Amino acid sequence: MLVNEIINAKDLPVMEFDGIIVGGGGAGMRASLQLAESGLNTAVISKVFPTRSHTVSAQGGITCAIQSDDPDDDWRWHMFDTVKGSDYIGDQEAIEYMCSEGPKAVFELEHMGLPFSRTEEGRIYQRPFGGQSKDYGKGGQATRTCAAADRTGHSLLHTLYQANLKAGTNFLNEWFAVDLVLNTDKAVVGVIAFKIETGEIYYIKSKATVLATGGAGRIYASTTNALINSGDGIGMALRAGMPVQDIEMWQFHPTGIHGAGTLVTEGCRGEGGYLLNKDGERFMERYAPNAKDLASRDVVARSMALEILEGRGCGPNADHIFLRLDHLGPEVVHKRLPGITELSKTFAGVDPAVQPIPVVPTCHYMMGGIPTNINGQVISVQNGEDTIIDGLYAAGEVACVSVHGGNRLGGNSLLDLVVFGRAAGLYIEETMKQGVELKNASHDDIDKALERLNKLNASTEGDQVSVLKEKMQQNMQNNFGVFRRGDLMEKGIDELAKTREEVDSMYLQDKSATFNTARIEALEMQNLFEVAEATAITANERKESRGAHARDDFTERDDENWLKHSIYYAETKEVSKRDVNYRPKTVQAFQPMVRSY
Amino acid sequence: MSAAVIPVEQIKTITMSIYRYDPTVDKKPYMQDVVVEIPTDKDIMVLDALHLAKQQEPSLSYRRSCREGVCGSDGMNINGKNGLACVTPLSEVLKRDKITLRPMPGLPVVRDLIVDMKQFFDQLEKVKPYLITKSDSPDIERKQTPEDREELDGLYECILCGCCSTSCPSFWWNPDKFLGPAALLQSWRFIADSRDEATEERLDDLEDAFSLYRCHGIMNCVSVCPKGLNPTEAISNIRNKLLTREKA
Repeated sequence: MLVNEIINAKDLPVMEFDGIIVGGGGAGMRASLQLAESGLNTAVISKVFPTRSHTVSAQGGITCAIQSDDPDDDWRWHMFDTVKGSDYIGDQEAIEYMCSEGPKAVFELEHMGLPFSRTEEGRIYQRPFGGQSKDYGKGGQATRTCAAADRTGHSLLHTLYQANLKAGTNFLNEWFAVDLVLNTDKAVVGVIAFKIETGEIYYIKSKATVLATGGAGRIYASTTNALINSGDGIGMALRAGMPVQDIEMWQFHPTGIHGAGTLVTEGCRGEGGYLLNKDGERFMERYAPNAKDLASRDVVARSMALEILEGRGCGPNADHIFLRLDHLGPEVVHKRLPGITELSKTFAGVDPAVQPIPVVPTCHYMMGGIPTNINGQVISVQNGEDTIIDGLYAAGEVACVSVHGGNRLGGNSLLDLVVFGRAAGLYIEETMKQGVELKNASHDDIDKALERLNKLNASTEGDQVSVLKEKMQQNMQNNFGVFRRGDLMEKGIDELAKTREEVDSMYLQDKSATFNTARIEALEMQNLFEVAEATAITANERKESRGAHARDDFTERDDENWLKHSIYYAETKEVSKRDVNYRPKTVQAFQPMVRSY
Repeated sequence: MSAAVIPVEQIKTITMSIYRYDPTVDKKPYMQDVVVEIPTDKDIMVLDALHLAKQQEPSLSYRRSCREGVCGSDGMNINGKNGLACVTPLSEVLKRDKITLRPMPGLPVVRDLIVDMKQFFDQLEKVKPYLITKSDSPDIERKQTPEDREELDGLYECILCGCCSTSCPSFWWNPDKFLGPAALLQSWRFIADSRDEATEERLDDLEDAFSLYRCHGIMNCVSVCPKGLNPTEAISNIRNKLLTREKA
């Protein structure tokens, strides 16, 4: 059966696994490694060859209290920083788990062969990153981010791929997952997926489905994200009636290269680089007198945006900021930041050992996502009650467990994906041992998951994907960026409502089956759109400023009403609230304080 | 004039001659000329130009992901030389406002600019591209001196794009027997790693007439590598290691 036919369940071939992982990035491959090593019949479904996943672009490092740079470092200090960084809506049980399990997960990566940079003592090299402190904010800047030069994501992703090869994981490389299959109990029992190269389509049946599809930064016009970051897992979950949490929280990274959007690691500032406005002023000293350039990302991004808005941007159009590194000397720049040197030369035409890099705040990371517990189990929230969805798991950027809350700290994304990819794997392994019984999906259930694809294949007229994508991206960029305002967001939501109809009835001109990238882009566009609409509606609903969500019309944090997660369902387009977890198991919860750096 | 309109003098047209082949429709491959408008006030990459071409020809297929030269998706043959489309500035490759794009040579074409990488990855897997240790892992990380770690520089950065192996004549003739520069670079990456404990086994696996020794030092791999790596040097390091090792 081929992907360009009108497909029905009764003719659809079935493949079966104990566990499937959708997504071959860091979270997916950490989960699959756990399952493959436990002897379960596991498959990774990845729309690109796994080492092409976006984890590869992570640069600066993985933050973890491994006590290399500082033998007295403490995971509790890391926890404190992460809670504060989240602007107090990160779940403390999850943050406690991540920070305390972290060292184990990082050492495992080293044992697998990750080529970390080294100290003179032969231990893993660590560098300072934003928002890091010693002694619960009282002991000054910490040095906690474990690095492999400025290619930590690349090293991590390749190492995990290598470890999976060694463990004998089944890879369905260049396969695209279309939608989740749910049985009559609303449990997830696999996915519809097709092999991109040939167009062969299958129902892939499984007792455990892990969504590890990463982020969706391509909802914005300017992003550090790879072209493949289209929120496929979020689209699948929302269509299947599951919620997303805190989806309005989008991180704008302070330093994307002006014009190109490519990332320049926070590690540049960790190594001693700093930001300058057109007057040559180190303006971060005004906004964050203590942490300066290593304040939290939301704080630095907003400060930069203000400098530009107030006319102190650099360049002929006064539309960017300079990141200065040349004072560090070519030795540090080339040894510690070789990738940045390469990217700056290619995309900005400057050698950072000589000239400053032109940068602007650029969409970088989705703090929100599919709500899960610390075992990766997906949670549905009805009338304020959490219920677990059988058969479905999520880990990494697609998930909201939630360790990042309103703002993620640099280096915590790589830690999140290995810790919770591993945790999901461990939990699934355990449940499989005990035996899992889920009702089979009926033909009707499977046909439901085929509707979207069949409709696209049947299209004979409508708008082109590229046109719709550009419209959505501009809308999100203009109305839901670093600073937000109610009236602009409402205008944006109205525009999205019109685009929704066009997206639902868009035109796929090329109906071929063999490596048809036009079909992939159309399916991705529908996923992106689900994320964009959820972001827009939820952002307008959260009437306060917290973390990355900064409103001109509600400039203060409102703990009385909004020390809460937002929960959004696509069916009703309604936003509700969910309690934040303040129940860590081994330490006292950190209570909300005024957040200053 | 609104800001979104680009003044006419800042645009020029270029011709992209692109290899097209869809096995379900085309009896044989052909070259298609696609004319696109590009800005002249800023440089764009070959991948950006391909994106403009795809807006006109939605059926045009190529792989792409990170668009910054770190994921290795968009290796292709640009005016006769392999490279990554996303980090190749158009200004460097345009000749009389024309550019020619073909799939990487030596591997079967799936469609348009997309090749079947199976042989490439099969050869990679043969070198056991993962750390092999026999001693117990410590509770923390294994120690490695900065000097030992430095041995991996120029090796671990490989992005598996395939530009090197598909520009290597030895790989073209024997893609099933000669491992090719990419796989051999990875082989050396693990032999050179002070933490790896399988050097002898790795060297044993390379002791045949083809796997390693089909490299004739043509050095196409070095001249095309988009990351500036040197597979020929890695291959020569393995040869030296084989020559000097003491047989047990």
